[in-house]
Amino acid sequence: MSERLERGLSKLRSQIDPKVKSFFSSCVHCGICAESCLFFTETRDPRYTPIYKTEPLRKVWQQEYTFWGKLASKLGIAAPIAEQDLADWEELVYDGCSMCGRCSMVCPMGIDIAQIIFKVKTGLSAAGFSPPDLAETTQRAVDIGSPMGVKLPALQAQIGHIEEEINLKIPVDVEGSEYMALLSSMEIMYFPEYISALAKIFHQAGVSWTLCSDAFEATNSGLQIGNTEVAGVLVERIVAGAEKLKVKNVISPECGHAYTAIRWEGPNFIGRPYSFKVVHILELLDELLQSGRLKTTGKESSRLTFHDPCSIVRRGGVETQPRHILNAIAENAVEMTEHGAMNWCCGGGGGVSGNERAEPLKLKVFNRKKSQLEELDVETIVTSCSNCRLVIEDGLEANDMEINIVGLTEMLADHLVVDNSQ
Amino acid sequence: MATFIDGFLWYFALAVFVIGVSGNLVTIILASRKVDLSVPRDSAFSGALRTLFSRFLPDQHMLSRIGIQVVAGYMFHLGLFILLFFAAPHVAFLEENILGFGWTAAPHWLFIVASQFAFLGIIMLWLYRMTNSVSRLISKLDDHVATILTFLVMLSGCLALLESFETLRLLHRFLVELLLIYFPFSRLMHAFTFVPSRLFTGAWFGRRGVDS
Repeated sequence: MSERLERGLSKLRSQIDPKVKSFFSSCVHCGICAESCLFFTETRDPRYTPIYKTEPLRKVWQQEYTFWGKLASKLGIAAPIAEQDLADWEELVYDGCSMCGRCSMVCPMGIDIAQIIFKVKTGLSAAGFSPPDLAETTQRAVDIGSPMGVKLPALQAQIGHIEEEINLKIPVDVEGSEYMALLSSMEIMYFPEYISALAKIFHQAGVSWTLCSDAFEATNSGLQIGNTEVAGVLVERIVAGAEKLKVKNVISPECGHAYTAIRWEGPNFIGRPYSFKVVHILELLDELLQSGRLKTTGKESSRLTFHDPCSIVRRGGVETQPRHILNAIAENAVEMTEHGAMNWCCGGGGGVSGNERAEPLKLKVFNRKKSQLEELDVETIVTSCSNCRLVIEDGLEANDMEINIVGLTEMLADHLVVDNSQ
Repeated sequence: MATFIDGFLWYFALAVFVIGVSGNLVTIILASRKVDLSVPRDSAFSGALRTLFSRFLPDQHMLSRIGIQVVAGYMFHLGLFILLFFAAPHVAFLEENILGFGWTAAPHWLFIVASQFAFLGIIMLWLYRMTNSVSRLISKLDDHVATILTFLVMLSGCLALLESFETLRLLHRFLVELLLIYFPFSRLMHAFTFVPSRLFTGAWFGRRGVDS
């Protein structure tokens, strides 16, 4: 057995817990999960059936934890798991799964298939079977602190431009602030308007906030590639930054997987609870609106819809807040037929958008979102994840669709009551 | 042969079934699990309970695409449930040999309807498994063995009841014993493990505030 295969198998074995045993022993192979997965519905390729993507881990469970599997292995009639088995699944789990978790919502047995697919990723990643692009961004995140290579000077330059433009100070490294805001590299480089929106909103609401020069990056490539050790290292940096600045709360940005990483998985990655609270930016904005600390004026009149980012809504529970915010600033918002916790993914989550070889597949499965949008005939899509936003922009462009796309935080900032006394 | 089937093999099969099923469940339920260190948004307990029951119903938007599995699945399971617990010979058998008390058996017409539902359901499910590209790809030998064994148990049971023929009764009982022995080591365990699976997943979603 090769050393990389041993690494992969060892990691997979370590993932088999009571949950996994329960999941695998209750699966009746009905195939219902296939119809919930956009990679299957848009390609009709049965290999993209969610439960099929868990085969490497199922094989380990079957061969090493079940009576028949152990017997067959003892008698030498079961083919041992080979390196090729792992190699064959790399494309399925990294290119053909956006970790949207829709399958986990429909399984009649209640199997959280997305959770098992993540466990498969940890095994493949340990064995070195992961897309080169993701491996590179993960390494960059560890070495530089950002998957896109965004260093502090780049952020400082953006902050300089924004401060000049909006005439407000963006606080950095202010000890004792109530909130420490995190950003994603995409927001820094492609959507700096998110940062200016934060500054405007927090200024009006009188929120004490800061960015941290040591820990501004919220994205977590370790989570995307399935390397929990790296994921832990990246979370630790944020924890260290928050503890150094003695903040009470950390704000997760409009980035789906970043929210999963810092809010839900972070404490488990590092093996201890936080000394601060983590809130998603939409939770905070909703709270500020509800409490009257934010005042808005005027409403968007264009026909628009909200795209629910999977990691924030289906896997994160932030479903009502964006709707509250949108209702405060839009008068013609309509819902997609399947929305909220059952919304369809844009197709680029789980690292798919950062994996160049998956580009054609990503565009193909975007057809599901395209159909949803065509059904509504909207002028604008509002979302709250910079990754979804980029993926949808690509999809719209590839399909010659003339629809605007904006971030919800920015849209809210555009409707703030202007304080002329400032 | 009759003494063996009605005697030793019955007790052996029952022991394997009880010990095997409870052993599997103990491994799943009582084994140590990692504690989730994130701060919950909502109750894991209520989420677990909600999912335990909500998954009896399919997602309404998917119904048109999974209609066969849902309809055939319900036909088979409801039919089998009535046959298993309300067929007159089963009620009498459970009262005399295991429980010491009984209940009203289903009338003959209900037995006929239930058996037709169960047969039609299991045949539809198996045909779907064999003809649908997804089901064919993901199905294992175990799925087929479990289906065929269950089908034979049902068939022999119905024939035994309708024909009142001792050899058929013995054949039915022998097949039941084979099923009981096979049960804990097979996909048939889903009859029990669907409960912890739904509870685990429901709790996971529940603490995140997601209605699953």
